[in-house]
Amino acid sequence: MNRRAQAVVMLLFGGAILRASLSDMYLRFVKQGLRPLLIAAGVLLVVAAAMTLWYDLRPPPREPAGEHGQHDEPGAPHGESVHDEHGGGHGHGHGEPRVGWLLLLPVLGLLLVAPPPLGSYAAGQAGTVLTAQEPDSDYPPLPPGDPAPVTLLDYASRAVFDGGRSLADRKVRLTGFLTPGPGGEPMLARIVLTCCAADGRPIKIGLTGDVPAGLPADTWVRIVGVYSDRTAKDPINDATVPYVEVRSWQQVAAPTEQYE
Amino acid sequence: MADRRPVATEDIDWSAPPATRRAPGRSRRDGGRIGSVEVLAVLLVALVLLRAPIAGLVSAPWLQTWTTVFVSVLVQAVPFLVFGVALSAVIAVFVPRSFWARALPKHPALAVPAAGVAGVVLPGCECGSVPIAGSLIRRGVAPAAALTFLLAAPAINPIVLTATAIAFPNNPGMVLARGVASLAVAVAMGWLWLRLGRADWIRLPHRPHLDDRSRGRAFWAACRHDLMHAGGFLVLGAAAAATINVAVPESWLRGLAGNAVLSVLALTALAVVLSICSEADAFVAASLTQFSLTARLVFLVVGPMVDLKLIAMQSGAFGGRFAARFAPATVVAGVLIGSGVGLVLL
Repeated sequence: MNRRAQAVVMLLFGGAILRASLSDMYLRFVKQGLRPLLIAAGVLLVVAAAMTLWYDLRPPPREPAGEHGQHDEPGAPHGESVHDEHGGGHGHGHGEPRVGWLLLLPVLGLLLVAPPPLGSYAAGQAGTVLTAQEPDSDYPPLPPGDPAPVTLLDYASRAVFDGGRSLADRKVRLTGFLTPGPGGEPMLARIVLTCCAADGRPIKIGLTGDVPAGLPADTWVRIVGVYSDRTAKDPINDATVPYVEVRSWQQVAAPTEQYE
Repeated sequence: MADRRPVATEDIDWSAPPATRRAPGRSRRDGGRIGSVEVLAVLLVALVLLRAPIAGLVSAPWLQTWTTVFVSVLVQAVPFLVFGVALSAVIAVFVPRSFWARALPKHPALAVPAAGVAGVVLPGCECGSVPIAGSLIRRGVAPAAALTFLLAAPAINPIVLTATAIAFPNNPGMVLARGVASLAVAVAMGWLWLRLGRADWIRLPHRPHLDDRSRGRAFWAACRHDLMHAGGFLVLGAAAAATINVAVPESWLRGLAGNAVLSVLALTALAVVLSICSEADAFVAASLTQFSLTARLVFLVVGPMVDLKLIAMQSGAFGGRFAARFAPATVVAGVLIGSGVGLVLL
């Protein structure tokens, strides 16, 4: 792969990163907080591509008075020739930049395939994320509103670790996608992200009462319900899965930020 | 590419010896041979034309999940890779060699722990620390010290330790145990390298010689080279991690959790194959509740030092002979030291 082709690959890769991070697409893969870093990295990639092309299109400077700006002053660290590789370092198997062709794969993934956010399939593969946190901590009161909007993780933590005390006598509103439980019954789930989708783990909540029926997996619903003391075990990791008693539900469009 | 014949490639570095450098005018065209730019152009046109069939191919749920995980590992790693590469280019081009001689203790056996502590202070990511370590070796830092930095920087830094504290609120000892065990492994590997390591195991890839008169040119050449090189190996590692993520259901691990030895080995294997970034692995470890704390500590110690993504990047940056020895030795050190620290502190 010559330098000009490398510049094109870097340009495509940086462009794909920029396109994903300037739209909402990056939220399918990483957390919102990474956006500034992604934009900076995309810009740097594009600049590196531009500089590579720029230098490749002009002949290398032969004289100290070449056409390019900065030169080492005498005694600068690069006066001596720096021989990097131990003899024949590039003489083995893979040629040095040839592996760079692989960078076209993420470009393909970002620009052409544009995979959807993790959903029901991933939720069925992993155990619920709810694990022993502070069992004795007191949870703050629910946010105001009737029903109170809470995240699935918040509801599940209050239900399991607080015995539902802070949920008593309140209606809650939960938004998530449907995923089939161990027995095929619909459960409400959402993927919790720490860093990127590779560490995404589902949070699962069982449904009783007016359970949404007849909807395919990955359908997004918003349910209004109350605390139920029923629990189950996720067969995948033995973690506790709390239930919510559904009073009403409606189908909704998938939110922009699908992860919690 | 094995023999870099001057007539067969346009890829000669501008700083290559004059004997192999073609006349500037002719090096632009490669008489009759199809160059990589042409291949790239045909490839891109084909991809755009075949967009619909390609999108149709990846409609199966497992393939979509694979693609999402694959792309997300890359998207997550890209900023750290790019900034790590830029920093390593700065080290290569703008930091004089004499600086490292002054900054690190003369004796390599002392330089190793100094490099380990430097790794604690600098918030690094594993993807960025590979090119940085390569640059340090090029600039004359003892390989043992550079390797200790390579292991310590992603494993123990303020961000990672804070994340660990948040993930294990009931086990504050986990933060201390992680820091102690990771630093011990990094320093032990540095000293082990001093004793047993051989310089000819490390093969730094050919990189444009940085004795060019223009520092701007040298800087961007180093950036370009490391981005393409480390980036390509990062793609390999991300593909491997996504495959494991989709192909190995978590339920397979359950049977192993009961046995103390097996659970440590199972989580070691999981740390190597999952290739999660070190800022996130504490939360994954916290969710593996059926395993002992010691097993999860080993997961946290091994993960940032050895995983599929890192093995791919290290064999790219230092050569396959190096990675084939260094990665297994680091795993063994991580398991032994991690278990020992876990038994004492947890």
